[in-house]
Amino acid sequence: MTDALSRLLETRDWLMADGATGTNLFNMGLSSGDAPEMWNADEPAKIKKLYSLAVDAGSDIFLTNSFGGNASRLKLHDAQSRVRELNRLAAEIGRDVADAAGRPVIVAGSIGPTGDIFAPMGTLTHELAVEMFHEQAEGLKEGGADVLWVETISAPEEYKAAAEACHLAGMPWCGTMSFDTAGRTMMGLTSSAMVGMVDKLAHPPMAFGANCGVGAADLLRTILGFAATGTERAIIAKGNAGIPKYVDGHIHYDGTPELMGEYAVMARDCGATIIGGCCGTMPDHLRAMRAALENTPRGERPTLEAISARLGGFSSEDDGLGEGGAKRERRGRRRS
Amino acid sequence: MAEDDNEIILSELDDDELTMQMMDDLYDGLKEEIEEATHILLDRGWTPYDILTKALVAGMTIVGHDFRDGILFVPEVLLAANAMKGGMAILKPLLIETGAPRMGKMVIGTVKGDIHDIGKNLVAMMMEGAGFEIIDLGINNPVEKYLETAAAEGADIIGMSALLTTTMPYMKVVIDTMKEQGIRDDYIVLVGGAPLNEEFGRAIGADAYCRDAAVAVETAKEFIARKHNQMSA
Repeated sequence: MTDALSRLLETRDWLMADGATGTNLFNMGLSSGDAPEMWNADEPAKIKKLYSLAVDAGSDIFLTNSFGGNASRLKLHDAQSRVRELNRLAAEIGRDVADAAGRPVIVAGSIGPTGDIFAPMGTLTHELAVEMFHEQAEGLKEGGADVLWVETISAPEEYKAAAEACHLAGMPWCGTMSFDTAGRTMMGLTSSAMVGMVDKLAHPPMAFGANCGVGAADLLRTILGFAATGTERAIIAKGNAGIPKYVDGHIHYDGTPELMGEYAVMARDCGATIIGGCCGTMPDHLRAMRAALENTPRGERPTLEAISARLGGFSSEDDGLGEGGAKRERRGRRRS
Repeated sequence: MAEDDNEIILSELDDDELTMQMMDDLYDGLKEEIEEATHILLDRGWTPYDILTKALVAGMTIVGHDFRDGILFVPEVLLAANAMKGGMAILKPLLIETGAPRMGKMVIGTVKGDIHDIGKNLVAMMMEGAGFEIIDLGINNPVEKYLETAAAEGADIIGMSALLTTTMPYMKVVIDTMKEQGIRDDYIVLVGGAPLNEEFGRAIGADAYCRDAAVAVETAKEFIARKHNQMSA
């Protein structure tokens, strides 16, 4: 039996995912410092509203409110014993919203990073990461998620651990990483290296890609990097609505709905199949993205120049795929 | 260690070669080799302070530059910092004994409302790797926590981190409180975090915005040097 996302992908050549979770929840009164996952139990009506905002704005896929729902993150709120419950509730509320949508809508169980650093420098081991992700995955599965959605990962080790956890839960999954450091992930992975890693997984994701990171322009450069490898796997683009700016004592993202509409169309032309937003992407942005995707014919793959002309400059000169970056001359190796 | 003819025997290198080798070994994150070389230099009569500055800090500066330039990434830098810490552990008691100048002490934490600590942890690890003393306040810190700890510890630097656009304005609350209490100039205030930028750092009155952990180390060193110059002037 195929899963709901595969079936939807068979009938459509692009799908729209959702936008920001945190930005929307703060607008609904979530206090900074509180774990958003607590609202799955304490404020279910608001979480339902969060999901409905995305569905009503035209999203085909939305992510559950469970990004920080692993034991390591919830421990910061002394809620590490509630992993299963909070994830199950996140997906259950999502299931209700999706089933009432009147069209196929995918509930994607969000799984964010543990926030820990892998050994030998940090405390995280593969086994520990798999165990934490698996616990979360079982909760999301129990609540009725169609697919698991690993996101904002920086370390390849963590991505691999998540893959194994999804396999243990017997769930199809998608997984994106955050490319925020000179076109690479914080841990130094390039876009093409991610493709290589994904292809080698025993339980590969049905779609992979990039989310968050710097701005919309940087994110599309990463998508071009994926596409240049000739990968056959569906690519996900989930970029931030511009870059946060500090104006008169408060913060706002400088990406307008119009700009995000352009971003969405360009993401599709770059080769992405699943297109959404991340931080700062509100329902107005999603509506503009949906309209742009529906009303704009497909175009040629955009050049880097075209991307920066429409969406703004890149945060770094290159993205690590070029020949540059000469390694330091060493005096000689002492071990291999 | 590989048992071949090319094996480098640290104790057979002269001082210049040995310090160069230490820089390479820091670059490769070889903790045991750094510890061994530190002992050798001590045995040769080097002062702890010279070993710290001329070998370890100098080596970490190269690592920091290559991180800044996108040649090295976080995993390599953390290994290098770990190797550095190995040398530091040997030197630390001796530095205190000999009354050598301190690199500086930093109180660091994520601001009230912010639970995202990976960036803060990286900065703390790299600052320690560069020889600074770190008091880690963890996550979600109110202004009192920063200021009381900084006073109690006699810190030189207050470091604030935020990942959320909703929490970064709290940094201004901390700085404004320092101004009210007339202690703003007692500390170097460094801020960082994914959504921040230089403009924001200036707008809230921080001494500097640090783009990443390597920049944080460089900036801290600069400000501490300036502070020392002022004191001796």
